[in-house]
Amino acid sequence: MATGHFKQGIAGGRLSPEQYADNFSDLHPPLDHHEALVESDRCYFCYDAPCMNACPTSIDIPLFIRQISTGNPIGSAKTIFDQNILGGMCARVCPTETLCEEVCVREVAEGKPVQIGRLQRYATDVAMAQDKQFYRRAEPTGKTVAVVGAGPAGLAAAHRLARHGHEVTILEARPKAGGLNEYGIAAYKSIDNFAQAEVDYVLSIGGIEVQNGKALGRDYQLSDLTRNYDAVFLGMGLGGVNALRADGEEAQGVTNAVEFIAELRQASDLASLPVGRRVVVIGGGMTAIDAAVQSKLLGAEEVTICYRRGQEHMNASEFEQDLAAANGVTIRHWLQPKRVIAEGGKVSGIELEYTAMDGDKLVGTGERLTLTADQVFKAIGQSFIPSALNGSGALLALEAGRIKADAEGRTSLPNVWAGGDCIFGGDDLTVSAVAQGRDAAESIHRALTSNGRA
Amino acid sequence: MADIRNNFVGIKSPNPFWLASAPPTDKAYNVIRAFKAGWGGVVWKTLGEEGPPVVNVNGPRYGAIWGADRRLLGLNNIELITDRDLQVNLREIKQVKMDWPDRAIVVSLMVPCEEHAWKAILPVVEETGADGIELNFGCPHGMSERGMGAAVGQVPEYIEMVVRWCKANTRMPVITKLTPNITDVRKPARAALAGGTDAVSLINTINSITGVNLDSFAPEPTIDGKGSHGGYCGPAVKPIAMNMVAEIARDPETHGLPISGIGGITTWRDAAEFMALGAGNVQVCTAAMTYGFKIVQEMIAGLENWMDEKGHASLDDIIGRATPNVTDWQYLNLNYVAKAHIDQEACIKCGRCHIACEDTSHQAITSMVDGVRHFEVIEAECVGCNLCVNVCPVENCITMEPLAAGVMDQRTGRPVSPVYANWTTHPNNPMAKVAAE
Repeated sequence: MATGHFKQGIAGGRLSPEQYADNFSDLHPPLDHHEALVESDRCYFCYDAPCMNACPTSIDIPLFIRQISTGNPIGSAKTIFDQNILGGMCARVCPTETLCEEVCVREVAEGKPVQIGRLQRYATDVAMAQDKQFYRRAEPTGKTVAVVGAGPAGLAAAHRLARHGHEVTILEARPKAGGLNEYGIAAYKSIDNFAQAEVDYVLSIGGIEVQNGKALGRDYQLSDLTRNYDAVFLGMGLGGVNALRADGEEAQGVTNAVEFIAELRQASDLASLPVGRRVVVIGGGMTAIDAAVQSKLLGAEEVTICYRRGQEHMNASEFEQDLAAANGVTIRHWLQPKRVIAEGGKVSGIELEYTAMDGDKLVGTGERLTLTADQVFKAIGQSFIPSALNGSGALLALEAGRIKADAEGRTSLPNVWAGGDCIFGGDDLTVSAVAQGRDAAESIHRALTSNGRA
Repeated sequence: MADIRNNFVGIKSPNPFWLASAPPTDKAYNVIRAFKAGWGGVVWKTLGEEGPPVVNVNGPRYGAIWGADRRLLGLNNIELITDRDLQVNLREIKQVKMDWPDRAIVVSLMVPCEEHAWKAILPVVEETGADGIELNFGCPHGMSERGMGAAVGQVPEYIEMVVRWCKANTRMPVITKLTPNITDVRKPARAALAGGTDAVSLINTINSITGVNLDSFAPEPTIDGKGSHGGYCGPAVKPIAMNMVAEIARDPETHGLPISGIGGITTWRDAAEFMALGAGNVQVCTAAMTYGFKIVQEMIAGLENWMDEKGHASLDDIIGRATPNVTDWQYLNLNYVAKAHIDQEACIKCGRCHIACEDTSHQAITSMVDGVRHFEVIEAECVGCNLCVNVCPVENCITMEPLAAGVMDQRTGRPVSPVYANWTTHPNNPMAKVAAE
């Protein structure tokens, strides 16, 4: 009977324990002290630094790097946390290759940026290892704020609100806080339960109560919050997954990539996690890459990403695409799913159609391709589920299917702010969610205290 | 949180970081930017006497040397004192001081070595509300050819004379800025003290040529084919400056004389080192000219963090703490024995320690052991010179480990003595004061 990679169907235990451990070790191992000094020395301390301008949270990158180089990693961490209290996770998961490091003058000049992300991790690791707390709460204001969702946006908002002396209650639908940091990121990007350690670090400021298992629309309504709290911040992310719109989608073995990624992150024994022998991932973003690479690392023999447009259109960064290729994932372009083929209710293949651009319209060419597959992951985007907002009394205005919010995070309802993936106009990044949560908290603070004065 | 507020001869500033008298402090525009960035004070670029201002060259004023990755290590300049009208400078100083009352503004002065010249300028500076004056006895180029700057600073008698004039003609604190282009910095410091100075500041820049163009055979910076020695500053001069600060701090004649430390200060650590050696505050120029005024944020945060970590509550807890540990060679403990130790885990096997020791020192590091490339200290040969530590590219890979008293020193075959014994009592010293046991 075939074993390992070659086990038929969706099965666990494809690798040895050592292989699992090795495959899911740190993608970017931390810099040691000497490496951090050498790397920090490369920073030119640019004026009006492009890296800083590219950072959605505007971290003073030249300053924090200089502080590392002068032997002050604690001060460096404070420079980071002043702007981004989730700087530890962002150091791990930010697509730095399309943000700070892309515009680093050394990237432009020599194709080798200062490794900003790894330096940020170095400094924040030092501070968090010492549980160095930089912020003390202001005098209590007596104001209460409800935060929906304990993801990056909610945590950033809660921390800033708590700093200003407000009492914060976070209502989180899942059993754990952290949002996508806990449930939505490839395991090798956040090892050693870092997401929970960071949640603990953020919450230790005090004045923040997290209630788990509390879903908006199921356990309470928005109107309950606006009635019982002085302000509300909505940061619940995206609950829905876009459908393939292919026949036979309901077959056993067709899975949402986000669920697979979440399950993998929560698994205590990776060998128990089943994965197909031949896996097809439909999509072209980070989720597609994360699902594909992790399928391969779990021991799938053959993993193919099928994306309906060209390489240049993929949302996944070049680095992510290279990562997939290096792990043996095949990325195919100009293919859209038409029909999931099933045998006995289980996936056995997928039929795809080649696509092409007709002017600025994507059209099927009519030519078909069938790939053998025992597992198909859907990774073609997530969507906001507005139904949770229903029955909330006054209707919250949406824009393109997500919550409409202004630059400060104010929604169409008074005393309701929103941020993170659930609002329209963001870029679905952890770091942007942090910035939006932080800025909404400042806006709430101004509103609750007559322009910052208690 | 550590308190880094500074009180230097009665001049208060929110932190001990001042900008030195130099191009960055020539105009209100620059000084206001500096204060906005967080600098605690400035020494306004040197004013000369009333009349047509000096003129500068119109070609390059600066030369430099660089380390790896073009890191600027040393800068030299041939700029003169301010070339702006005296009245313009005075007006700006007055306005800035009015707008920034919590920051220190000290005015650097340089006028001819005649009492009437000093008597003329002191009241107009005083009228600006400036916190003090600094006497520029250090500028090594241009002005010194006209009998000012370093030409005064190199003659202790002149220093004493001018300081006395100033003390007699102003209520403002007088800081005397010293030139390093002398043989013994204690002499000008003593002279300044004798004249009644409130403090000294040092070092001014060092006579230097930063390079020679090997095509034109002209020194850099080159002005129409010729060059002149300029004043050297930046990280490269820091060790020289620190020694001079320490010499004055520990000299019994000048001990306790307030010192404003200058010379290559680039980071909080540099500042802390100067202050530990006895500087009451520090002045910075090249670092700001290299990286912009924002670097003061690193200095402030770094100093505070270090003081917090070590439990130093205020600057008084660190100023002069290292001074008693600076001594003469003759008082060093000759019974102290240290040996180099190579951390084999950290060693990257570059071999630099071996070749430094083998070629130029004591043949105390292996290169091959049992046919394998291996670098290890031979304790029987190691004199503890520290050269290997200094040439090793890996931080903390080679360390100097002191031998405890009683432990056998394999080089001498004798156990390490627990007794402090220096050269003054050594049997080999024909001048020994007391015979050794």
